[in-house]
Amino acid sequence: MIGGGKQIVTFWNLFGGGDGARLGTMESKFRKGHPDLGLKSITLAWGAPYYTKLAMATVGGSPPDVAIMHISRKGSFAPAGLLEPLHPDELSRYGIGPDKYLPEVLDSAKYQGKIYAVPLDTHPFVQYYNVDVCKKAGLLDSNDKLKPLQGPDEIIKALKKAKEVTGAWGLSFYPSNDPSGNWRLFYSLYSQMGGKILSPDAKEVVLDQSKAEKALEFMANLTLDAKVLPASMDYGGSVATFQSGQAGFYWNGEWEVTTFQDAKMNFNMVPFPNVFGSHLAQADRHSFVIPKGVDPESKKRSLEFISSMLKNSLTWAKGGHIPAYQPVLDTRAYRSLKPQSNYASAAKDVVIDPVAWFSGSGSQLEIIASGIFQVVMAGQLSPTKGVNQFRNDLQKLVNTPKPI
Amino acid sequence: MAVQQSSRQAPLKRGTRAEGTGTRWRDELIGWGFVAPFLVAYAIFLIYPVLRMFEMSFTYNSLVGAGGSQFLGLANYKELFSDPAFWSSLWHTALFTILSTPPLVIIALVFAMLTNRIRFAQWFFRFTFFAPFILPVSVAALIWIWLYQPGFGLISSYLGVIGLGNVGWLTDANVAMISIVIMTVWWTVGFNFVLYLAGLQEIPRELYDAAAVDGATPLAQTRWITIPLLKRTTILVLTLQILASLKVFDQIYIMTYGGPNFSTRPVIEYFYDQGFTNYRVGFASAVSAVFFFVILAASVAWFMYSNRREAA
Repeated sequence: MIGGGKQIVTFWNLFGGGDGARLGTMESKFRKGHPDLGLKSITLAWGAPYYTKLAMATVGGSPPDVAIMHISRKGSFAPAGLLEPLHPDELSRYGIGPDKYLPEVLDSAKYQGKIYAVPLDTHPFVQYYNVDVCKKAGLLDSNDKLKPLQGPDEIIKALKKAKEVTGAWGLSFYPSNDPSGNWRLFYSLYSQMGGKILSPDAKEVVLDQSKAEKALEFMANLTLDAKVLPASMDYGGSVATFQSGQAGFYWNGEWEVTTFQDAKMNFNMVPFPNVFGSHLAQADRHSFVIPKGVDPESKKRSLEFISSMLKNSLTWAKGGHIPAYQPVLDTRAYRSLKPQSNYASAAKDVVIDPVAWFSGSGSQLEIIASGIFQVVMAGQLSPTKGVNQFRNDLQKLVNTPKPI
Repeated sequence: MAVQQSSRQAPLKRGTRAEGTGTRWRDELIGWGFVAPFLVAYAIFLIYPVLRMFEMSFTYNSLVGAGGSQFLGLANYKELFSDPAFWSSLWHTALFTILSTPPLVIIALVFAMLTNRIRFAQWFFRFTFFAPFILPVSVAALIWIWLYQPGFGLISSYLGVIGLGNVGWLTDANVAMISIVIMTVWWTVGFNFVLYLAGLQEIPRELYDAAAVDGATPLAQTRWITIPLLKRTTILVLTLQILASLKVFDQIYIMTYGGPNFSTRPVIEYFYDQGFTNYRVGFASAVSAVFFFVILAASVAWFMYSNRREAA
């Protein structure tokens, strides 16, 4: 219609900052490779409103041809019939078939056996450390690599040592007023003990009281007893604190890597530490989805676009995300990408949010959990009461009639 | 007062009507013609959605199409009234209104009276007090998020000097609402200020001159001339302010997300969460319907009270 008879692919995403810039690079590669196709890329704000808009547009009959979705959100999109199922043969025709991903990664893109999403990356919760601070604190080995830390006591001891060096804080993190942060930390710790939140059909709350309390006690210990982290720190503050060398460690998703590279910091990254018996860490995956109701021709164009994006996902990997597309992961270029490839092994040791209509990135589950855990970490609610409140709120969500 | 006026004008109207029913009808038609475009927009964008809201509040209607329009009776209302989260969010809205209205009215009045006394470069003060009001909510909220930042925020570093550096302005559940009120006062006081300034400039100077001749002190002049003559402005300012405060949502959504742990979530965010994050439009409609009546009740009560005051 527009662009002189050119066929247009409309693409919705939620990437700002560095991710947005790298996405732009990948998009221009697609444009160069496909002069016959037009691309209209629309960036919307991250979080709950994005998914509301995507769902409404699909129901309203005017969805984009292709969109980014967090895999953890499939529980509210696939069962509602908002996504086009993707046949394995169809994907293989574009070189993005099921054999191109780790089985764990592909499984997370399925709902009731059908593939609904093409995974782009895995973005786990990881540990950053300031090399200079940790060196002064005696936490590095002879190669300037962090000595492995294991168990709550050892980790808190290391954080205290880092605090002595910086004179400010040992750890940077964002317990305050963030819709996801505390959930990410809690879910990592709780999953390391083998804890589960919901039954597989999401009809029952299976929260383990003692494991959940143990995870929350550890979190509250960081801010209240060990005092290696201020309970009042929010997201912006946490980035600034680590960047200015006022903390030895930083717990966050890997996506801030370029922020610290641009600041010419001497830092490194490793998988989230083994606190309670394993290296599991909370993660999510960005994926491409094709909303229900697009015509077969535009579906083909969208698959062409997705294929081009996956094959160029080395650019994407620079932003910290671990590519889902194995052929890119296996290149020397990726392996020599430091510190990003240091935690590539983490792509397998991850837990994705439980599947339910109220879970996933920016969902009610994450918002409620983060809010409760915030007051626990501020010392205004005991861990036991925090777990009880969390259980009650979960039960309320489970009892609520499904809106999808 | 309105009633008195119309009865006084009635004989006049009858006189004009004698000219002929034809012109009257034409006048009426022209009048309706002018209002029609607005009425159509009003019906489509306000009346219809409100009626739909009441209808949907009796269903499980969902944003993604499920649930349908099956009549449920009062199930949504029952759920809502038994949800402590609803009551606490309603209380947060009320609390915000109670905390924000007095400073927004009193500070506006004081600033307006001070500015009104200034003869030289008055425009500068008018501009300064009004300036924050023209900022979009996102900008105003972001400025204050950084001001409130613990540790290195401007407020913390100044208060640190007197040993008060560790207030969790937006992160302490007991303080967050007050912080939002402070930000809101800074941001919106300019609007009330301008209304008051206009009211002040309508008071004839002669009254003050006469009072001065009679030996009234400035304080007495304020008490017996300024404040009584500003009564109509005050009623207007209060009405607009109470309605604006009851509608609070944007700055809270941006600054605390309703947190910490929902301690600042206003009722509008509650039904936003239910409707747009959880897709439960039917339930969210029920919440909106209840809030609709709360605002209606508040408006009617205030209208009756202020009418009595105006008449007195």
